[in-house]
Amino acid sequence: VKRVVTVGGGPAGLYASMLLKKSQPDLDVTVVEKNARGATYGWGVVFSDRTLAEFREADQKTFEQITDRFVLWDAIDIRYGGEVIRSGGHVFAGLARVALLDILTTRCKELGVELRFEEEMTDPATFGEHDLVIAADGVHSPIREHFEKTFRPRVGLGSARYIWFGTNRVLDSFTFAFREDDHGFFQAHAYPFDGTTSTFIVETDQQTWERAGLDSASEAESIEYCQRLFADELRGHSLMSNNSAWIQFPTLRCKTWIHDNIVLAGDAAHTAHFSIGSGTKLAMEDAIALVRAIERFPDDLGHALSDYELERRPVIERFQEAAQESRTYFENTRRYKHLEAMPFAFHLLTRSKRIDYGNLRTRDPIYVDEVDRDFAGGDLFSPPPMLVPFDLLDVTLRNRIAATPSPVYTSRNGSPSAELVADIGRAAAGGAAIVVTDPVAVEADGRITSGCAGLYSDEHTSVWTAAASAAHSSGAVLALRLSHSGRRGSTRPRTSGTDRPLVTGAWPLLAPSPIPFQPGSRLPEEMTETDMARIRDAFAKASSRAAKAKVDMLLVDMGHGYLLGSFLSPHTNARDDEYGGDLEARMRYPLEVFDAIRAAWSEDRPVGVRLQASDAAPGGWTEDDAVRLATELVGRGCDLIEPVVGQAVPESKPRYAPGFLVPFADRIRNECGVPTLVGGGLTNTVQINTILAAASADLCILSR
Amino acid sequence: LVDVSVSNQWTRRVIVIEGRSVTLGIVREEYAPPRMRVGIGLPNGIPGTPGDAIVAWAARAEGAAFTSLGVIDRIAYDAHEPLISLASAAAVTERARLVTMVVIAPLRTTAILASESATLDSLSNGRLTLGLAVGARTEDYRAAGVDHRERGRRFDDQLSQLRDLWESSPGPKASPELLVGGSSDLAFARVARYADGYVHGGGPPRAFVKAADRARTAWTDMGRPGAPALWGQSYFALGDDALDRGRAYMRDYYAFAGPFAEKIAEGLLTTPQQIAAQVRGYAEAGCDELVLLPTTADLEQVDRLAEVVASL
Repeated sequence: VKRVVTVGGGPAGLYASMLLKKSQPDLDVTVVEKNARGATYGWGVVFSDRTLAEFREADQKTFEQITDRFVLWDAIDIRYGGEVIRSGGHVFAGLARVALLDILTTRCKELGVELRFEEEMTDPATFGEHDLVIAADGVHSPIREHFEKTFRPRVGLGSARYIWFGTNRVLDSFTFAFREDDHGFFQAHAYPFDGTTSTFIVETDQQTWERAGLDSASEAESIEYCQRLFADELRGHSLMSNNSAWIQFPTLRCKTWIHDNIVLAGDAAHTAHFSIGSGTKLAMEDAIALVRAIERFPDDLGHALSDYELERRPVIERFQEAAQESRTYFENTRRYKHLEAMPFAFHLLTRSKRIDYGNLRTRDPIYVDEVDRDFAGGDLFSPPPMLVPFDLLDVTLRNRIAATPSPVYTSRNGSPSAELVADIGRAAAGGAAIVVTDPVAVEADGRITSGCAGLYSDEHTSVWTAAASAAHSSGAVLALRLSHSGRRGSTRPRTSGTDRPLVTGAWPLLAPSPIPFQPGSRLPEEMTETDMARIRDAFAKASSRAAKAKVDMLLVDMGHGYLLGSFLSPHTNARDDEYGGDLEARMRYPLEVFDAIRAAWSEDRPVGVRLQASDAAPGGWTEDDAVRLATELVGRGCDLIEPVVGQAVPESKPRYAPGFLVPFADRIRNECGVPTLVGGGLTNTVQINTILAAASADLCILSR
Repeated sequence: LVDVSVSNQWTRRVIVIEGRSVTLGIVREEYAPPRMRVGIGLPNGIPGTPGDAIVAWAARAEGAAFTSLGVIDRIAYDAHEPLISLASAAAVTERARLVTMVVIAPLRTTAILASESATLDSLSNGRLTLGLAVGARTEDYRAAGVDHRERGRRFDDQLSQLRDLWESSPGPKASPELLVGGSSDLAFARVARYADGYVHGGGPPRAFVKAADRARTAWTDMGRPGAPALWGQSYFALGDDALDRGRAYMRDYYAFAGPFAEKIAEGLLTTPQQIAAQVRGYAEAGCDELVLLPTTADLEQVDRLAEVVASL
């Protein structure tokens, strides 16, 4: 490599060129920038302490200049509902983007990089004379567009609208401010970047933006509107524009960053939502990695470039994942506006999943003590959220932990096995507040496997009485999952897989429609009205028996493609009577069953629903449908929702990973105003305290 | 030097100098890492390996106390067929489990796969652990004349039929341990729906931890009792001479992965320390058995690895 041209004089381009020239002074390095020097957009940029350490290693001189001019702060302030919540210990550094470019430009010149401003370079025919072309020409990169077939860029637009401003209101923290007016909910992201100025970004959802008339507002009108809205935060300071416009955030991903001797860096290669403040940081880290790769493979540019991409891609993907979570949060902030300031703020802080209850405690123990006190209502001190009792009607749970013993499939004729009862006792003795059973069948043919327990005879009632008493004797409560297997019944115990039909002792199956679960599954019969009435009664009868057995709580199974769940999904319900068709019709039978249970069960004890929150399959039951059903259920006296996902059809593919059900619990809890119980591979108390303090769920299933 | 007990597991080691005590560190007493079995791969996927070398390797490996013998599956590559290689290994061994990591299931018809695996399980006295996946290379599909785009659907059909075939087809009755590999969302669903456990594709312990968490999450969600069996794999090459040849082999074997081949080659375990760290990392992540795959077919690699593993 002898001749290098960098297209784009932003942080990525300047830093890469500078580092490259420094590392190999013989190289001919040119930067081409279409704007004049100093004619930059944007206000401030933010770096974390870790990025700064990388800068130091890469180039001491610019590191010192950067640290001379930046402002440091360590707090995040969340201004919401008239309160300010502060969380410390985060360490950020802010710098005017102009100052950063100035430092880098000067250093480039000093090292002998040729800088050509007000010149465009988009014609690949002119690239030929260069051995390496660094395309750092921004998110709208003309070079990337030109070689679109190689780079295969994909852009996902955020649904929210936002606008960049500056202000002379001086801040000492990263500030998130939330305001509501007649049109909707707005938020500001603001941070200082020099002694006198701060970046101030205003964001809102599309509908609010339109209602407020901002879609047709001039720049001056937008400024006027935002100044009025955030008058308290601005303390009389005005907002300053820099060609500001309302835009949607484009998240950019490319299939590759390399085309022959052209390599993408910074925003030209990838973007991550501004709310995690990482654009410039990622761009400059790209520059460092690119130059290091070229140093590592001085004689093999192809190798060096792929090494650079391999090095950076996983890092970028991690940030994009976190940015995606953060973006989704900010697109839906109105969902959380019913929350008190403490949980609202905690939710915001933990939105990207990179920060949790554990590391917040390390960063700012006093803040987390406050979170604990707020959660428990303590005066001097409080236990962590997971140890705070919770009342559901007349049932008091001693803490927020639910246990589900590993399934055993050793029951015979529906009579709970001794092993199952012993496991319930052990789980209760382990300290959980609730022991939640596996599905308990309301009739013999409603069992999933031949080894499943039921509650449809007096003998079953007496065994469940013993199980409830085992739980009570350790201070826990017992929750039964009342279920009918539907088309997934008559299978073998799940020791070597699920949904394997019984060979001997099989029983007939019932379902809303005669569609087998999968090839090789038994064909279910379409339920008649008589079947429906009988099973509705069976659910009610089982509830009465459960009450008699002193069971504390019921969870009605409307998930995973079992009988009630299979009424919900269009994949499994093809009925043409009033129980099939549109959403209303598909919800009808499960709701009737719920009403029957609620009437048969004690008024003082809670009934929850294990609710299908999504089929995770195209054309199936969706999250929006689940929110509709949850709302309906709450109106009929449902006290708790436990979301589950998938399994309705064999092709469903949830993204199985610890915590995968939390977003569903969070949405249902905060949109439908109902407590949620969440499972899905939660294995440690940090996860659980995070979920509880963020008001994403009220109870968590801890598994080992 | 004074040890002060902090809890039943942790001890503070303190040095007292002129009446002042300085904590040197906190040590975990009698720390016993979780037990994990360690197996070794046969060189069936290493080009140019003579057939009898694979057989000799198997015998040597069992003698060196490796708990399993692993094989890989490639058709469009200079490799010995995995199930037949394991059959020959079965004839010269008695205790070691015979594990495929993995057989690319859709390349075979379901009946042939069921019959061959049942035969192998029967010949080896029930020692087969059958790891299956869809594989990553289109050449193998072309070579086998199987539509690559149909692989997922075909694999699901196979998984839903295999156990029934083992139980009820006219051939030898068998019940091999069944593992599924892969890293897609569907792979973890398949583990929980059909298999006894998960076989990971290799990488540092932190990659294994993530995959194992996902497998366990799917397992619990589908109401499977207990926990999935978790198998890991890593490539090794011990000795200066083996190192270069090992890297060259990995670059060649993973050439289809483009620039990633180099990254994968960098993950090669080449020192006892690296092997110790890998074994410890996998054990702590809950791996039940880690199979160390060779990258050269020299028989002395078995002894070198055995020596390292014995000293852990």
